[in-house]
Amino acid sequence: MTSTDLIRLTAAELADSLAAGDVSSVDATRAHLDRIDGVDGDIHAFLHVARDAALARAGEIDRIRASEDGSSLGPLAGVPLAIKDVLCTLDMPSTAGSRILEGWIPPYDATVVRKIRDAHLVPLGKTNMDEFAMGSSTEHSAYGPTRNPWDLDRIPGGSGGGSAAAVSAFEAPLALGSDTGGSIRQPAAVTGSVGMKPTYGGVSRYGAIALASSLDQVGPVSRTVLDSALLHDVIGGHDPRDSTSIPDTWPSMADAARAGQREGALKGMRVGVVKQLTGDGFQSGVTQRFTEALAVLESAGAEVVEISAPNFEYAIAAYYLILPAEASSNLAKFDSVRFGLRVNPPGGGTVEQVMSATRDAGFGPEVKRRIILGTYALSAGYYDAYYGSAQKVRTLIQRDFDNAFGRVDVLATPSAPTTAFRLGEKLDDPLAMYLNDLTTIPANLAGVPGIGLPIGLAPEDGLPVGIQFMAPARSDARLYTVGAALEQLLEESWGGSLLSRAPELATATVGGR
Amino acid sequence: MAAPKLMDFDRALELFEPVLGFEVHVELNTKTKMFSDAPNFFGGEPNTNVTPVDLGLPGSLPVVNEQAVRYSISLGLALGCSIAESSRFARKNYFYPDLAKNYQISQHDEPIAYRGSVDVELPDGRTVTVPIERAHMEEDAGKLTHVGGSTGRIQGAEYSLVDYNRAGVPLVEIVTDIIYGAEKDAPELAKAYVSTIRDIVIALGISDAKMERGNLRCDANISLSPRGSGILGTRTETKNVNSLRSVERAIRYEIQRQAAILDAGGTITQETRHWHEDTGRTSAGRPKSDADDYRYFPEPDLLPVQPSTELIEELRQALPEAPALRRRRLREAWGFTELEFRDVVNSGLLNELDATVAAGASPQAARKWWTGEIARLANVAGVDSASLVSAEQVAQLIELIEAGTLTDRLARQVLEGVIAGEGSPAEVVDSRGLAVVSDDGALIAAIDEALAAQPDVLAKIRDGKVQAAGAVIGAVMKAMRGSADAARVRELVLERANSAPE
Repeated sequence: MTSTDLIRLTAAELADSLAAGDVSSVDATRAHLDRIDGVDGDIHAFLHVARDAALARAGEIDRIRASEDGSSLGPLAGVPLAIKDVLCTLDMPSTAGSRILEGWIPPYDATVVRKIRDAHLVPLGKTNMDEFAMGSSTEHSAYGPTRNPWDLDRIPGGSGGGSAAAVSAFEAPLALGSDTGGSIRQPAAVTGSVGMKPTYGGVSRYGAIALASSLDQVGPVSRTVLDSALLHDVIGGHDPRDSTSIPDTWPSMADAARAGQREGALKGMRVGVVKQLTGDGFQSGVTQRFTEALAVLESAGAEVVEISAPNFEYAIAAYYLILPAEASSNLAKFDSVRFGLRVNPPGGGTVEQVMSATRDAGFGPEVKRRIILGTYALSAGYYDAYYGSAQKVRTLIQRDFDNAFGRVDVLATPSAPTTAFRLGEKLDDPLAMYLNDLTTIPANLAGVPGIGLPIGLAPEDGLPVGIQFMAPARSDARLYTVGAALEQLLEESWGGSLLSRAPELATATVGGR
Repeated sequence: MAAPKLMDFDRALELFEPVLGFEVHVELNTKTKMFSDAPNFFGGEPNTNVTPVDLGLPGSLPVVNEQAVRYSISLGLALGCSIAESSRFARKNYFYPDLAKNYQISQHDEPIAYRGSVDVELPDGRTVTVPIERAHMEEDAGKLTHVGGSTGRIQGAEYSLVDYNRAGVPLVEIVTDIIYGAEKDAPELAKAYVSTIRDIVIALGISDAKMERGNLRCDANISLSPRGSGILGTRTETKNVNSLRSVERAIRYEIQRQAAILDAGGTITQETRHWHEDTGRTSAGRPKSDADDYRYFPEPDLLPVQPSTELIEELRQALPEAPALRRRRLREAWGFTELEFRDVVNSGLLNELDATVAAGASPQAARKWWTGEIARLANVAGVDSASLVSAEQVAQLIELIEAGTLTDRLARQVLEGVIAGEGSPAEVVDSRGLAVVSDDGALIAAIDEALAAQPDVLAKIRDGKVQAAGAVIGAVMKAMRGSADAARVRELVLERANSAPE
C-alpha cells in the first residue's frame, strides 16, 4: 500500500490491515507524519508534532504484535491519532491554545490519554484550538488560526478546529476533542467530518484543562461514525479521578455503529425535529441538505415528527452566563506562581502585580472578555439575577429534553446554522460568533449526548453541511446506530464519502521515505 | 509600636457587655488529603506531600475523601447538630499564593452539619451551653514563609516561599452562633469552649488536636455592646491564637482594648487582628467587611454529599461519651472529692488517669503518682507528663508497690529508670536490683539474730505481747538497710518467735 492509500483508510480499515499484518504501524504512522509535513504548513492543525516519539511507539507496537502478546492488542492498536491541546500529555506541551501555558509539559497524562496509550494507539501530536476552548473558529488560538481543508480562507470551526481539520485533511484518521458548547460537533459540521459529544460523565474529564466544568466533555473526532465509536469505546467509562464520571458500564459503541449499518436499522425509529432550531437564521443550503437528510431517514423507515422545545430559545443566554462564571474560577489558577508564564512588571512588583501582569500578557481578548463576564455574573448582588437564573433555564431545558424524549428516540438539528465562514468574518462580532453554536449548546446544558456527521455540500458555496442527532443521557449507543445508518445511506447515494470530494491540498515537498 | 490604652477589665464589664463568636478549624487526621490521595502528614520537605490536585495543576480534579466525610458527620453529631441529607461543596474565590487554585473548596450555604450546641464547663463548675450554627468541610491552604524584613510578615519581606504540603488537608470549621451573656467569664468561656472542642475531637479520634501545630485553630470574634443600648458593637476577629491560654488572654485583651477605644469616643474597625503570644497583644490585620465578595458558587467538579441514614445512625451509635458526661461518670466512679478531681482535670491528666485505672491501678494511687512525682518530673523537663511514661507503666509501678515489691522510695528510682528508657518497671527492678528483699532466708537469718540478741523481747512475744515485736522489727529493718517489707518482717518475727528453739 502506498502512503497515499494509507492516509485515506478509515481507522477501522487501517486497524484491520494492521491486524492482518498487511501494513505496519510504523508505515501507517510515517505516512501520516509525512502528510502532516506536506500539508500542515497550510492547514496548521497541529501545535506540536511528536515525530520521533510516534515512530518509536509505532515500532514498539509492531514488535508486540509480532510477539506472543500480539493477540492481546486492542482493536485500534497501532492506529495513529491526534490529541487536542486541551488534554494533558506527559511527553508533549499542553497549552490549551494559550500563551500563558506556552511550553508547559504536565507531569501527568489525562485519563483519556492514558487510555489511548494503554490501547496502543499512536499519538502523533497536539492539535490547535481556540484559547481555552473559547471560540467557534480556532481564530482565538494564541498560535494562529487553523484553516479549513475545503477552503483555506475559511475557518475549520472551533474550538476543536485543529482536530477536525487534522482528520478531514487526512493528517490523522482519529483525533480527540472536547466539547463545551459544540467544540466537537460544529467543527465536524464545517469540515465534513464526524464528531461525538458523549453523555456528560461518560468520558473522564481528568486531565482535560477545564473551561466550564459542568459542560465540558471529551469525545472522539473521525471521518466515519464507526471510527468515532471505536475510539469512544477506548476512552469511555468510569474514572475514579473524576467525581462526575458515571459509574455505569457501557455497551459497545462500535457494535451499535455496526448495527446501524445493517438493513432496517432505522425502521420505526422516531426522529424529532426541534422547531426552534430550524428556519430563520439558518443558511438556505444548510436547511436544504437537512431537509433532504430527514427525507432519507423517512425513506428508510424512520418516523420524523416536529417537536417543540420552547426553552431552547434561552439556551445561548444561559450558556453565556454559566460558562463564563465557571471559566472565571477555573482560569484563576493561571497566576504564574506554580507553572506557566510569568511576567514581572518593570522594576518588579508585589505578587498581586506579577499575577496581574502575567494574566494581562498571557490571556487573549476573548478569554479576558469571558473572565470579566463570569466574575461579574457571580458577584454578590448579581448572582441570583444571572448565574441563578441561568441555572433555572438549564433545568427548563432539561425538562424540554425529557418531554421530547418521551415522544421520540432521537432529536435532529443542523449541526451549525451556517457552513464555514471566512477567517476574520466574525472576529469582531462576538455575538455573531456565539450564535454559531445555537444548535449544539442545548445538549451541553442538559448533559445529553450529541453526534455530528456530514450530510452533503451546500449548493450555494459547495461547503460541507452537518446534521446533529441527540439522544437521552446514557443512550450514546443509539446515536452511533442512527448516525451509521444515515451515513451509509448517504454514501451509497453519493458513491463514496463526502470527504473524498474535498479539494486536493497542495503538498509541500517532503523527504518521505 | 506604643502599647495601646487598655481599660481595667472590671470597669470594662461595668460599661459593656461582651458578645462572642468563635470559628474553630479542626484539621482531620485522615490518611490522605480532603480531595487528593497525597498523604495528610505534618512536616516533610516542602512541596513533597503533593499531587497535581494539591498544586491546582491544569486538568486536575478533586475527589472527596470519604473518611473525612465520616469524621465530619461524627463531629457534627457530637456537637448535637443535624446532618444534612444533601450538602454541597462550593468554591470560595480569592487570589492568594498559598491557595493553589485561587479558590478554596469549602461549603457555603449547604453545610454538612447545622444547628447544634455544646455544653461547656467553666472553672467554677458552672455549665454554659454554646449554640453551634454549623460545621462544614473544607480544605486547608498552603503555608507562606516571608523571607527578608524583620517581622517575618509579608510587609517588608523581600520574597516569600510557598509550601503546599498543607494545601488540601481536610478541615472542619465549627461556627458558633452569637454568644451572649458570658459577661465577666468571657475569657474563661472562650478557653473552656476551645478546650471542650479539643476534648471532643480527641475522644472521636479524628484529629491530633495539637494547637501548637495548628491542628486546632481558633478565630475569636468579639464585640462590645454598651450596657442598656441593645446595640451590637463592631466586631474584631482575632487570629493566630494557638494555645488555650492564648484564647483566654486574647479575649481579655480585646475586651480591654475595645472598651478603652469606645470609652474615649472612638470606633472599632471591623478587621482581623493577630495575637502575639510574646507581647500579649493583638495587632491590626486586614480590614474585613461583611461585603467581602468571594463569588461563591456550587463546585461543579463534585457531586453533592448525600450520606445514607444508615451511615449517620452507624456513626451516631459509635459516638464516644460526651466529655462532660464522662467527667461526671469518672468522678463518681473514682470517688474523688471535687478538689481532687478538678486538680486532675486542670492538669490535663484525665485521659492518663483513666487509662491507668483501666490498666488495673487504684484511682487514688494513679492520681497520687500522676499529679505528684510524674507531674514534678515533667515540669522539671518542661514536657507533657504523658510523654514521659505510659499509663501501663504507671499501673505496673503501682502494682509492684501494692505487691510489696517496691516501697515508694524505691518506686521513685524505678520511675527514673523507666523514664530513662531502661525498660518496664519490672525490668528496671531487675536490672537495678531495687526490689524489696523478700528472700525469706536472708530475713529469717536476720530475725533469728535479732531475737537471739534480745531474749527479753522474745519472751514477751511468746507471752502474747505482740506489740513488743516492734523492737525486733526495727533491728531487722536496720540490718536489711530498708530493703525489706516491714509487713513481711513482722509476720516472720512472730512466726520465728513462736517456733524458734528455747
